[in-house]
Amino acid sequence: MNIAADGLCVEKVHVWRGDRHVLKGVSLEVRPGELMHVSGPNGAGKTTLLRVITGLLRPEQGSVAWRGKSIMTAPTDYQNELAYASHEPALKSDLTALENLRFMVGLRRRVTARELQASLERTGVAGCADLPARVLSAGQRRRVAMARILAVRAALWLLDEPYTNLDAAGCALLSALLVEHTEQGGLALVVAHHDLNVAATTRHLGLQG
Amino acid sequence: MWTWFYRLASPPSVYRVAAALTPWFLTLAAIVIGCGLIAGLAIAPPDYQQGDAFRIIYVHAPSAWLSLFAYTTMAVAGGIALIWRIKMGHAVAAATAPIGASFTLAALVTGSLWGRPMWGTYWAWDPRLTSELILLFLYVGVMALRPAFEDPSRGDRAAALLSIVGVVNVPIIKYSVVWWNSLHQAATVAKLGRPSMPGSMLWPLLTMFLGFMLFYGAVLCIRLRGEVLNRERQAVWVREAIKSR
Amino acid sequence: MSVGVWAAFVLVLRRELCLSFRRPDQLIQPLVFFLIVTTLFPLGLSVQLTLLREMAPGVLWVAALLASLLSLDALFKSDADDGTLEQLVLSGQGLYVIVLAKTLAHWLVSGAALVLVSPVVGTALAIPLTAFATMMLSLALGTLTLSWLGAIGAGLTVGLKRGNVLLSLIVLPLAMPLLIFGAGATDRAISGTSAAGALYLLGALCVLTCTLAPFAATSALRITLE
Repeated sequence: MNIAADGLCVEKVHVWRGDRHVLKGVSLEVRPGELMHVSGPNGAGKTTLLRVITGLLRPEQGSVAWRGKSIMTAPTDYQNELAYASHEPALKSDLTALENLRFMVGLRRRVTARELQASLERTGVAGCADLPARVLSAGQRRRVAMARILAVRAALWLLDEPYTNLDAAGCALLSALLVEHTEQGGLALVVAHHDLNVAATTRHLGLQG
Repeated sequence: MWTWFYRLASPPSVYRVAAALTPWFLTLAAIVIGCGLIAGLAIAPPDYQQGDAFRIIYVHAPSAWLSLFAYTTMAVAGGIALIWRIKMGHAVAAATAPIGASFTLAALVTGSLWGRPMWGTYWAWDPRLTSELILLFLYVGVMALRPAFEDPSRGDRAAALLSIVGVVNVPIIKYSVVWWNSLHQAATVAKLGRPSMPGSMLWPLLTMFLGFMLFYGAVLCIRLRGEVLNRERQAVWVREAIKSR
Repeated sequence: MSVGVWAAFVLVLRRELCLSFRRPDQLIQPLVFFLIVTTLFPLGLSVQLTLLREMAPGVLWVAALLASLLSLDALFKSDADDGTLEQLVLSGQGLYVIVLAKTLAHWLVSGAALVLVSPVVGTALAIPLTAFATMMLSLALGTLTLSWLGAIGAGLTVGLKRGNVLLSLIVLPLAMPLLIFGAGATDRAISGTSAAGALYLLGALCVLTCTLAPFAATSALRITLE
């Protein structure tokens, strides 16, 4: 991972959903090695903010810059450097965990089955590699999603409520992964409505509804 | 350089311009259509083959032309709104859709009425009427798509994309229907088009075209003002405008 | 280390085919629908061979159109429902390639399957054997074009309630030229005249749609995902 001095910079983003002014001039900055925790009540716009940062949603006003350049200028290059985990674990229920990873990570970079297996081991679901995703529990699916984030080897992690459905061991594992990621110079933006107890440089942004 | 255009395309200025243009369009339309109707119904001589029945062309042909023109306007306005993110483009597209659909319906009804003395039946799958019918379906598709989305701006953009896809298809559809009809010519005397017309028949027709265009402009401005008010109902200027009435 | 366009295309194609074949019951349904609908017409009208032969191209084509439409809804729906569509958009590969692969895979399991089943239907509708080649070629081109048009419609209506009906409403008017040229080609083949003109027109439509439709479908997806 080659991180330049700049990181992610969001400036005065406004988003309207119909008549609702969901994001009112939100700005934030995340530098390499930092973890940004975005919190707020339901409906405050946390997921919307995350989707604006991924580039899926274009804000009516404001800009998002990655390494000094707007994300609109070279969207595929930007996408290659980020890993996004939404509310749902984003797995095809008819494919096995390993196949899911192969088809998703394989679009980003060439991977071997061994590497993917190693990612699954790291997140504690190596035994699920050949099981179809529909028979996995919610917690196991979340762990497979984490394995995907790991395997993709992206600099910027954008995680929406990643602790959902994880047991205590899973939560500890995720926190450890976040620490590891930031120590290696990566950036992470985590949306969570609860407190994060992560031993990393954490900044905080609270959104009001 | 384009700032003047963006300023012109801002909601309050669109509202003002539409309000100012409406009375002009209406009066001119009334005058021109009036002249055209008198000329077409009273002054122009009866057709050699069809007698007085051909006079319905003075309503049918302009309606058909406007139905196409309105669809193109809708697609262009939607395209401008999609590419340059000018929201008033969506307002124009939304305002013009029902007008265009009504013109299409008018063309179909008048064409069908014309068909009765011509073919002996109200509907005979004539190529022009058939392509008008398909155009009506295209309109219905766009008008059904827009409100199907919970987020109105998403609905606008989806409808704009669909109307652009439709406008590309309109010439293809027309050509294919003409081709299809030429295979199955059989008995239909497909002469709903303009045969070679002498001047005395032609200029009332052109007058009616102009009159219909002006009428379209007037109705568009009226509907556009309603659309703008509805879309911008949260804005301060709207409340001022309503208070000042 | 990064993945080229061709490799990404093949990967998405394999994914789609893998997913389709894991649900064989869903593959069969449009084919059965095709067979059932073609049965409706002789039942509803007449069994006289001459009349049947005259109606055959139209009946065959309308049934194929409707059967293809049935499966179009699923093009993006399952990906949108479980969140993988967003991942595909953010995969770092252009969305154009992904849509291209998905639509082609969809055609392979629906349109191509219809083409393979069409001789059965053709026989049932008294289409002479000599016309089979034209019939199958026209169906192949037509269903491919329809998959492309349907991708645009599916992209626009994914995520809408009752999106299925709206999808048909949007796609069918655009598909009418296909019906005209396809049925026309088959008709000419049955009557013994050359169907080349109609087939060329159908081919031209197919090429036009295959090149332009992915752009429209990509825009449609971006609009729905926002």
